[in-house]
Amino acid sequence: MVSTALAPPPGLRRKRNRERLRTLGFLSPWLAGFCVFFGYPLIATVYFSFMHYNQIQEPDFVGLRNWTYVLTQMPLLGPALGNTLWLVVVMVSLRVVFGLGIGMLVTRIRTGAGFFRTAFYLPYLAPPVAATVAFVFLLNPGTGPVDEILGAVGLPAPSWFNDPGWAKPSLVLLSLWGIGDLMVIFMAALLDVPKEQYEAAELDGAGAWGKFRYVTWPSITPVVLFAVVTGVVQTMQYYTQALVAGKLASGVSVGPGTVIQPGYPDHSTLTVPQLVYSLGFQNFNTGAACALSLVLFALAMAVTTLLMRRRAGLLPAED
Amino acid sequence: MPFSRMRIPLSVALACAGLLVSACARPSVGSDRDDPTKPVTLRFWHGWSAAGEVKAIEDSVARFEKRHPHITVKVTGNVTDETVNQALRAGGDEAPDVVSSFTTNNVGQYCSSGMWADLDPFMKKTGVDKEKVFPKTFLDYTSYAGKQCALPLLADSYGLYYNKDAFREAGIARPPRTMSELERDAVRLTRRTGDGSYERVGIMPNFRLYQNSPDRLFAQWGPTYFDRQGKARLARDPRTKEFFATQRGLIRAQGGYAALERFRTTFGEEMSSQNAFLTQKVAMHMDGEWRGLMLRDKKAPFRWGTAPMPVPDDRAETYGRGYLTGTVAGIAHSSRHQNAAWELVKFLTVDTDQVVRFANAIHNVPSTKAALKSPGLDADPAFRTFLDIARNPHSTAIPPSVNGGQYIVALQDFAYDVEAGKVPDLDEGLRALDAHIDADTLQSEN
Repeated sequence: MVSTALAPPPGLRRKRNRERLRTLGFLSPWLAGFCVFFGYPLIATVYFSFMHYNQIQEPDFVGLRNWTYVLTQMPLLGPALGNTLWLVVVMVSLRVVFGLGIGMLVTRIRTGAGFFRTAFYLPYLAPPVAATVAFVFLLNPGTGPVDEILGAVGLPAPSWFNDPGWAKPSLVLLSLWGIGDLMVIFMAALLDVPKEQYEAAELDGAGAWGKFRYVTWPSITPVVLFAVVTGVVQTMQYYTQALVAGKLASGVSVGPGTVIQPGYPDHSTLTVPQLVYSLGFQNFNTGAACALSLVLFALAMAVTTLLMRRRAGLLPAED
Repeated sequence: MPFSRMRIPLSVALACAGLLVSACARPSVGSDRDDPTKPVTLRFWHGWSAAGEVKAIEDSVARFEKRHPHITVKVTGNVTDETVNQALRAGGDEAPDVVSSFTTNNVGQYCSSGMWADLDPFMKKTGVDKEKVFPKTFLDYTSYAGKQCALPLLADSYGLYYNKDAFREAGIARPPRTMSELERDAVRLTRRTGDGSYERVGIMPNFRLYQNSPDRLFAQWGPTYFDRQGKARLARDPRTKEFFATQRGLIRAQGGYAALERFRTTFGEEMSSQNAFLTQKVAMHMDGEWRGLMLRDKKAPFRWGTAPMPVPDDRAETYGRGYLTGTVAGIAHSSRHQNAAWELVKFLTVDTDQVVRFANAIHNVPSTKAALKSPGLDADPAFRTFLDIARNPHSTAIPPSVNGGQYIVALQDFAYDVEAGKVPDLDEGLRALDAHIDADTLQSEN
């Protein structure tokens, strides 16, 4: 019989099984972590997205009600999605461009390179809440020094975090100030580009742009891809800075009896993670929060998949 | 591995995960079988944070412990509703037995979810007749669907604070009583600098300022938020449109939304000495009775007075009314010492002497009928205004809802759009708001 003829001898099968078990043994710490910290929460999120559950009473199956509510009846979904996507496009792009620019600058500086590298990196070490508080103070339209200086030199002084049109750009400014993380990885990538390639390009008559286009860029694209993908994932989870800035700029004293309403001003800083938190841990609408989390998960997966495609231009072509 | 061979282990794994997930959802259950005369330690969480308020609540607890020497109370202050909500859901040995909330907004959620225990059985056991002890409005805002899961622990009423010096300077003899008087006085009190920017506004009508939330001003119209079926009826109530028209009128009369909003962003933090009323950037301001204590503590550099908020011109007879809310107290569903916890709740909310002493100490409105009539109450006329507002039969609180104050948040969001002129068709906007509130309510119902 054919199947008998193709079956491996028992000794080989035992060896393969032993190898499989050994591989599984080595993988088991990661597998355990994956199951506990990713698999289980993902299954739980899917499960609760079909339940009515207020975290006190027993969950009840409600079919697609949470999904219908989230996708068709929640007026804040539009602004939250719009803001999140705006931040993904604008903030991530500007951070990558700015990070790369600063990285190139500090790798070329001959005098005081150490000082500038430290100076550009230091803001990244500031805790996000403290940095946001400082920015809101600096950009306060009534008492902040930035508007005072702008006014003194005759420039228009925006209301920054108090103006729906300026609130997101202000958050982008804050993120550019803390560019140290990207600067370091771009700096490492730029220092890794073989010098001989630049010399060869110069001999071929390449100018500054030519050297960047044909030498630097191909060498650093994997790092750019890393920066973009992690930037997209982080920005999809953008929460703290937007919440703190909105809360502080609104001027409302948040204490017992007051609930922080994210998104000030005019929902311009409301992001999907803030909405998930509000639904899940302020309104205890667990089902809807889980459904929205899955929407966010699907979006993050879609954008990442798109970026990881070779045609996106950030992955080197296969040999 | 072929899929057919993976089917069984995969199904078992999914079933286990499902069971695990559903098992994680089981809440902890407390007990009301404890003996309150046996030694016990209770955990009490409250929201007060100012030094004077913390001392007042600690003195109250000390009085309770003196009366009940076998009960020890561990007090934790400055706790937000969010923390209470999350802690009671998470459970654990450190979870509180007695809880309080600074707002009545969430009572519906506490009662309907069972997170706060029903107090009626405890009142029955210990002979407390709630109708005789508490005013009806206060009982209404501490119960939901017939379940009394909270009791009022002092109340707050909202009125008008006004700068007497600014009034004299503008030649205004008394605080406004109707909305048209309010608008007229606001214009007269508004002062601009040489370059045309504001130095002071009569009143800041924008809803984002401090305590200016729309539900508080809307109380002057005596609104009905829901019909008998529990459906939102803001679009059907002509008072809603009158309310928004009045607010927009106040904005227009004082220079427009954009200019006022820009001026508002220059105001300091509400509880600081940079508060806009304290720094005289506003001459009139809607606020709760506790603000008087703050104005005194911060030594306001001007003479100030209090009055009820004005009412609509065609409802002049209701002048004296105001928005009511308050701190509420209850017993956590997870408490294993619910009878002992009730002793503390009863002492704090029912005992006349305790209620009067605590009300005087933190400048809040007492919440029992007997305490409201007590001669021992603070005689300060600025404070008495708020006692009168609390006693006024036209004063209202917002109705409890299954999802807490979510409908108030929806109203707030809508009001922000209206005041900014972003709602071209108010009728259509209100219908959409009602639909939104109904969808939220349905989503929260089991």
